[in-house]
Amino acid sequence: MARVTPEQPEEAILAELTQRPNAPVAPAGALRRLLRRKLALFGFAIIALVVGGAVFAPLIAPYAPDEQLFEGLTLFGEPMPPGGGFLMGTDLLGRDLFSRMLYGAQTSLLIGVVANGVALLIGTIVGVLAGYLRGWIGAVLMRFTDLMMAFPALLLAICLAAIFQPSLWIVAMVIALVNWVQTARVVYTETTSLAEREFIAAEKTLGASGARILFKHILPHLVPTLIVWGTLGISVTVLLEATLSFLGVGVQPPTPSWGNIIFENQTYFQAAPWLVFIPGAAILLLALAFNLVGDALRDVLDPTQRGND
Amino acid sequence: MAGYLFRRLVQSALILLGVSFITFVLLYVLPADPVRQIAGRSATAQTVENIRQQLGLDQPMLVQYWRYLSGLVQGDMGRSYLQKTEVSTLIAARLPASLLLMAGGIGCELMIGLTLGIVAAVFRGRPLDQGLMVTSFVAVSAPQFVVGLLLLYVFAVQLGWFPIGGYGTASHLVLPAVTLGIMGSGWYSRMMRSSMVEVLRQDYIRTARAKGLTRARVLIHHALPNAILPIIAMIGIDIGIFMGGIVVVESVFGWPGIGQLAWQAIQRVDIPIIMGVTMVSASAIVLGNLLADFVTPMIDPRIKLR
Repeated sequence: MARVTPEQPEEAILAELTQRPNAPVAPAGALRRLLRRKLALFGFAIIALVVGGAVFAPLIAPYAPDEQLFEGLTLFGEPMPPGGGFLMGTDLLGRDLFSRMLYGAQTSLLIGVVANGVALLIGTIVGVLAGYLRGWIGAVLMRFTDLMMAFPALLLAICLAAIFQPSLWIVAMVIALVNWVQTARVVYTETTSLAEREFIAAEKTLGASGARILFKHILPHLVPTLIVWGTLGISVTVLLEATLSFLGVGVQPPTPSWGNIIFENQTYFQAAPWLVFIPGAAILLLALAFNLVGDALRDVLDPTQRGND
Repeated sequence: MAGYLFRRLVQSALILLGVSFITFVLLYVLPADPVRQIAGRSATAQTVENIRQQLGLDQPMLVQYWRYLSGLVQGDMGRSYLQKTEVSTLIAARLPASLLLMAGGIGCELMIGLTLGIVAAVFRGRPLDQGLMVTSFVAVSAPQFVVGLLLLYVFAVQLGWFPIGGYGTASHLVLPAVTLGIMGSGWYSRMMRSSMVEVLRQDYIRTARAKGLTRARVLIHHALPNAILPIIAMIGIDIGIFMGGIVVVESVFGWPGIGQLAWQAIQRVDIPIIMGVTMVSASAIVLGNLLADFVTPMIDPRIKLR
């Protein structure tokens, strides 16, 4: 953590001032500083592990995710606990939990990334337009954003997911629809303050067109913010997908997702707790990883946020 | 002040109007037909048509919306399709349980969050601080239903300290309230820490220490009140997050609140109830934001109303 220690306030302030980005931060330096943080590295490791597991699921998984194994149930028809023949045990239908977790990682990551990408895109467009154009378009867009803030997000998502037959893509779109608001507000604030800076005024005086200013000057300055929010946002979407799937309105069985593995097995969780807590721990770790990386990115890319840590 | 209040009230009313319209449109385009749900599978086409007319569902959308809205401003939220009871009665019956749960959740969130935040700020930069901040990230990354099931498994099933679910006594409230509060406590501990660190840097704190007061006294009497005030005002903004959280927590613990009511209504396409709960939640969120906006300048005179 970059701390302003009381012993050397001048250097710290000076360092902060010189690092304030007039141009977007050089990516190489940022990456190096990022990799020096242990927590960020831990986050990267988890993400790499999950991505690896998802990509190579067909190679790693010992069984097909929806194969009901005869030897996967005890003589009394109960699921097998972890260890023994099955690394993570089996579920109520005698399917191998480890294989389902691997394929479930595909679902969770896919929805996390797609939903968050779409949310980021909508949020950026709304925020930049409202912040740069101002006027009545800006007013309308921001009032609409306020309106969306008043919606109970989870309730809205559940409603939407239940209304449409939930498929993978529908769930991703639903999550995107309730999640773009935060990005829009942040981007809006940033754009309005950017639009008042001298170099934008100078560009205008030089006769640059609105589109040129927007794409060559405003958007590049927003990149660090978008990287930070994009990373933190994935953890929100991963949690939301898991919650929807847990309630049974997310990704539908037999497609495995970490949330619906818990949904399918929760009635039996007192007898077979691993069926709830292994996927639960996976969701937590993945969300934690994106939060840690996002937070480290914020420290590295946005010096104005420093000093509080 | 009065002008600002008026402007904010009008704004809030417009937001609620917008929320009601959007929800109505969404539910109107619903592919699942509520009339089929009410009539049952064996109903004849004639019965289905009769029910549709009775409920006014054969009218154009804007007419239906106008009817709903004019009822709503008079406090009439319509009747449940399936339970044939006034929606307002159903919500009123469930609301106390949800409010109790939310109060418990806010209490837990503040107790855990603020304490950890203060400790982290005092031990700033040391391993304890770093450990607490990692813990706060774990708290905000933990899915509520997993936390709920974990607490149930450990404290109700294994240890038997608390009941496995249900509603009624104080011990029923503990696990759901903690579940609801944990995520927020992560955010609060981070905010409290920043706020406290900020205050501890001020000159007046150094003055207080210099005139010979003990660390503890400076911390509790001089730093804490200033650091805590901006945080307290955040509670109003939290209401929205809680409104989502109660659906999950009530479902895990079988808590009979409006979250369960909404969840059951969504599954049965009971539109008036869905509308009603959405409107109540949105009103709570808008009210929370209003309160936050008005409480903040009252407790912190540096912030002025525009």
